Amino acid sequence: MNNTVIKVLRKPITSAIVAILIGFLVAAIVLASAGYDPGASFAALFSGMVGRPRYIVNVIIKATPLLLCGIGVAFAFKVGLFNIGAEGQYILGTVAATIVGITCDLPAVLEIPLVVLSGTIAGALSGALIGWLKAKFGIHEVITSIMFNWISLYLCNYVVSLDAFHQPNTTGTYAVHESALTMILPNWKLSAEGQAALANFPVLRDVLVRCDVNVGIIVAVVVAILIGWLLKRTKVGYEMRAVGLNKDAARFAGINVEKNIVLCMVISGGLCGLAGALNITGILPHGISTLAAFENNGFNGLSVAFIAGCSPVGCIPAALLFAGLIYGGQTVQQTMGAPSEIISIMIGTIVFCMALGGVIPMLAEHIQRSRAERAEQARKLAAEAGTTPVAAPAGESDASRTSGSAGASSSEAEASSKTTESNGSNDKKGADGDAR
Amino acid sequence: MEASSDYAVQMHGITKTFGSFTALDSVDLDVKKQTVHAILGENGAGKSTLMNVLYGLYQADAGEVYLGGQSVQIQSPLDAIAHGIGMVHQHFMLVENFTVTENIILGDEVCHSLGVLDMARAKKEVEKIVREYGFDVDPDAKIEDITVGMQQRVEILKALYRGADTLILDEPTAVLTPQEITQLIKIMRGLVARGKTIIIITHKLKEIMESADACTIIRRGKYMGTVDVSKTTEGELASKMVGRRVNLTVEKGPAKPGETALSVRGLHVRDGRGIEQVCGLDLDVRVGEIVGIAGIEGNGQEEFVQAIDGLAKVDSGTISVKGEEIQNTIPRNVLDHKVATVPADRQRFGLVLPFTVAENVILERHGEETFGKGATLDYGKVRSFANGLIKEYDIRPADCVDSLAGGLSGGNQQKVIIAREVSSKPDLLVAVQPTRGLDVGAIEFVHKVLIRERDRGAAILLISLELDEVMDVADTIAVIHHGKIVGTFKQGTVSEEEVGLLMAGGGKQ
Repeated sequence: MNNTVIKVLRKPITSAIVAILIGFLVAAIVLASAGYDPGASFAALFSGMVGRPRYIVNVIIKATPLLLCGIGVAFAFKVGLFNIGAEGQYILGTVAATIVGITCDLPAVLEIPLVVLSGTIAGALSGALIGWLKAKFGIHEVITSIMFNWISLYLCNYVVSLDAFHQPNTTGTYAVHESALTMILPNWKLSAEGQAALANFPVLRDVLVRCDVNVGIIVAVVVAILIGWLLKRTKVGYEMRAVGLNKDAARFAGINVEKNIVLCMVISGGLCGLAGALNITGILPHGISTLAAFENNGFNGLSVAFIAGCSPVGCIPAALLFAGLIYGGQTVQQTMGAPSEIISIMIGTIVFCMALGGVIPMLAEHIQRSRAERAEQARKLAAEAGTTPVAAPAGESDASRTSGSAGASSSEAEASSKTTESNGSNDKKGADGDAR
Repeated sequence: MEASSDYAVQMHGITKTFGSFTALDSVDLDVKKQTVHAILGENGAGKSTLMNVLYGLYQADAGEVYLGGQSVQIQSPLDAIAHGIGMVHQHFMLVENFTVTENIILGDEVCHSLGVLDMARAKKEVEKIVREYGFDVDPDAKIEDITVGMQQRVEILKALYRGADTLILDEPTAVLTPQEITQLIKIMRGLVARGKTIIIITHKLKEIMESADACTIIRRGKYMGTVDVSKTTEGELASKMVGRRVNLTVEKGPAKPGETALSVRGLHVRDGRGIEQVCGLDLDVRVGEIVGIAGIEGNGQEEFVQAIDGLAKVDSGTISVKGEEIQNTIPRNVLDHKVATVPADRQRFGLVLPFTVAENVILERHGEETFGKGATLDYGKVRSFANGLIKEYDIRPADCVDSLAGGLSGGNQQKVIIAREVSSKPDLLVAVQPTRGLDVGAIEFVHKVLIRERDRGAAILLISLELDEVMDVADTIAVIHHGKIVGTFKQGTVSEEEVGLLMAGGGKQ
């Protein structure tokens, strides 16, 4: 039982859950101090997230780009790179997908891959450039990728302003051709025939008609699993992790560090670009608009990656949670009148607590140590009260000590010594660490 | 032994367990005042644990501690300091960009009445101790600018400044050059002459013989006895420490050199700052022989190895392996020419510490088809390969295949590297400081592997700062000075003094 507590505390997911709970706690305090009922606010938040099938579907739709960007950032982080340029790569993905989707009009089987690939490649190229600058000249990727975020933003606005793409009297471009859409039954669901068929299924109708249901989430989940597999089960992934954990040893072992840095940024940027492209093909308005500020899909991807502890598969629940908080947060504002900034505070707290990720495993160590100490004290007390002389001469010590510890095994000492047993090897290392 | 005021420190029947592991089992230690007392034991024998008990970092489960004949309870390092015990750890605890004076007073600052630092007085006090003990340390120098030996002296000064009468030095020579070791021994003798008592934790026999008065030996947490150093030999100490007879002399048959495996001609290499470190180096290593390079640190050894491994740019000259030039290519190409290297800095270059042992043993060979078809990596195969090496090289603990390499002891980390490098059956094995920081048993093991590889038909290039090692293991001894080989001798045809002279830049050649 005690063992289980310690084991559970060591798991990375425990850190995530505790971080989330602390996030809620802080939000509750802020809400209460501002005069709102935290309980009712959280109820509104959850009903806004999962209260109706439509809400759930919307959360999933919102989660798709966050998930892909999150995987991109997490992947780069595993290779020791901090891709803060996810936002820019996402924007380039939307821009490229829009340009290609408006200019080309091919059958869906060709058009969809073409449009989605173009967005992916745009993101990948931006990532490649950032990676190349880092590998070749040692320019830090954080600096270059922040620059690229702004370059991408203004490039987006420039493309919107071009006559070829700009839809008159709007702030956006035309929509991409219909054959590029990745929505589920976009036309059928609005047709008379579709409406008639759906009339008997109100839930399905609600979900299909009122949401931009698309296949993006399936792609994103597959990508998450694929990237997890790539890192753990392939030679390329092995090389990249080696580069991320010890560049010098990797280079010494004949691994091409520079190549791996560029390749990693290509993949990371490509994933963010893919996120952008799928948003163009998957949700309205199927085109880009003038950006006054960042939409934060990429930046939120950073948060998703860190909540997930940079595990690609872990990004799936993290992205859903994140999207849920953002989407459900609107309801808090509508029903409670509480500002939705509360949600930002909550998210900020969660990310902050994740950054303190080492604290929870440390707690496990602490519990273990204090238990071991208590056991020792119990043993000592028993030894003092009992028969064994403490400082026995070396020769006799073995026999007397055995009897001494047997006498000392009060139930607590026994239970606790079991707890420490499983980690005895760790303690050994600690004990003699200084000798090395 | 009775507690007596003749002894600075007495620890009787000290027992310390961690969970089910007994780190110390009724260990005794009696340190006479004004002596240098060595504590000898292999890695993990419990030397550091014993000293951590004395310094209050651990509480013993059983046993008594007496200081100057008085029974004391030391609950924390603060207690220990109050009782006049100072400890210098193996890894220094200094603030890099503070001056020597600032570091020494840190935690015990000299202040004006309002709590403002009185640096002038602090400096005077520091200068006073520096003079008193005859230390060669500039109080105004920044830590980052001074040598490791100097930093160690600052650590000792720190302890003295806090009024330490008994100094514990944990593996004080592990990071020092031979010259610095000589200086340290002088300092220790000076401190003893001025009334201090010194306890050194070490596994280097030679230094004990040179510096200590008495030596207490611990093996696997058990007390093995205390000996008078003047009445013992290195061999006796070694066998007491390891528990069996240890061969301090390297046993090997005569070398049977064959064709030339490594041929270096007129090599020039500059270091990262653009200063030429290898200046026209010529060297041949043939298969079936061990060529040892003796030299003082910083005479181009590092750059030479980097040039062989394809990590440093060669300005001019050639490096050929079995007739093919490999200079200025990439590390992968060098590895493909069957060159293996045991690097000097095992944690930086040798291992990916957050990787498991299994992941580390394939660092150079993960691309091979044996470890997975095409792009995939078959961890089942990797682990069984690793388990084979763990067994063959006795890497401990025996079930470490999925443990992180960073959790292994230094000796076992080195075994992982050696196992990996040798498992590729190299034509040329470059071993740089392969026994640094290892205990006697592990050193014996490494030397055996080098000789076994030589007899298998590999060419071995051994680069070591330990002259003894080169003299004992190498079939051919090459002396490096200022980036050049200044003398080459067959083993047994040259004395240690002659080589030492050449290393320092003197001599006839």
